[in-house]
Amino acid sequence: MIELKRVVTNVEEIRHEFGPPPARPLRRGVALAVIRNPYAGRYVPDIAPFMEELKPLGLDLARRLLRALDTGAREVTGYGKAAIVGASGELEHGALWHVPGGYGMREALGWEDGGESRAATAQTGNALAIVPSTKKVGAPGTAIDVPLTHVNASYVRSHLDAIEVRVAGAPAADEVVYILAMSLGPRVHERLGGLRAHEISRWDGQK
Amino acid sequence: MSAAIRKLVVQVDEIHLEMGRPVEPPTRRAVAMAVIHNPYAGRYAATLEELTSIGEELGQLLGAKCVAALGIRPDQAQSYGKAAIVGEAGELEHAAAILHPKLGATLRREVGSGAALVPSAKKMGGLGTAIDVPLGHKDAAFVRSHFDAIEARVADAPRANEIVIAIAVTDSGRPLPRVGGLQTHEIKGQDGLR
Repeated sequence: MIELKRVVTNVEEIRHEFGPPPARPLRRGVALAVIRNPYAGRYVPDIAPFMEELKPLGLDLARRLLRALDTGAREVTGYGKAAIVGASGELEHGALWHVPGGYGMREALGWEDGGESRAATAQTGNALAIVPSTKKVGAPGTAIDVPLTHVNASYVRSHLDAIEVRVAGAPAADEVVYILAMSLGPRVHERLGGLRAHEISRWDGQK
Repeated sequence: MSAAIRKLVVQVDEIHLEMGRPVEPPTRRAVAMAVIHNPYAGRYAATLEELTSIGEELGQLLGAKCVAALGIRPDQAQSYGKAAIVGEAGELEHAAAILHPKLGATLRREVGSGAALVPSAKKMGGLGTAIDVPLGHKDAAFVRSHFDAIEARVADAPRANEIVIAIAVTDSGRPLPRVGGLQTHEIKGQDGLR
């Protein structure tokens, strides 16, 4: 059973970074939950069942983030996830987030069938790319950089990015911070070529 | 002159559980931050009107962002605070010029009222410097349950020629207040203190 202690959403709107401001500012954000680590202070061999319990939290954070970004699923073009484990936990407790974090993203952003888009672009679904991640064990206020990639093709260069997350006061030793991040566009002044979002053709999550 | 804004950040922090006890309803604190160009960076100016008018503009903009992020009516706001971090090519007085002459008036309009002083903090800083924004009840500064603070920080600001301005608004006090003092139901709301 999940003991939810805090929920934080953080949305930023980037208007420029010295370069020409885009027509629409870049918006990106994170939603995170601070929960009690049920395995703090001891080694528990079988922790995998907790992944299933975390699934509703993954979906709740994804939906909260869409609301905080004031957007629909189709506008989200980049995503990532991360975890910070308090000092009485182990890194593996952060790894518990891989399945429920990814599940939350796909439930909130994915669609089963391309529908109209499928006919035009051969797109087989949405949120096809692996959700990139980082994890660490840290003290309260530890910052973590959440990697971001394009939701449908990890190699889209314009969307390779990261967003720093830090919660003042968390994680305490017996807490874990689970994080989801979304972006509504590429880096604000992206100009380094590579695979472009409109060139995605394989729909295999990579290219 | 209007603010040259590079970035806006809005954060909402909900506390559901404190010392093992449910917080019902959860306390909610919003902090909205703007990263702006400092028009006086690198030089001494005798008067700082541009920053004062930027403060007036940001009191409205950031106050509205907080209220919207909390999803409340303006009159449901309970406490507020303000702060600024000046990049190294500026001076501390630049923070004062933004925060003190005009920002409070526009912020109060966004939260419906505000007889009490808007508590504030300021400092010089670099990229990722954190500042604790003090919080106090908007109608009566002596309400003890609402003395609090929330940390504000933008990972990539302020650069040397920038200023980070933060406004915090809540719809609640501390999670489990129990140190007495003036209670919210005792507020007269006339003199800003009680």
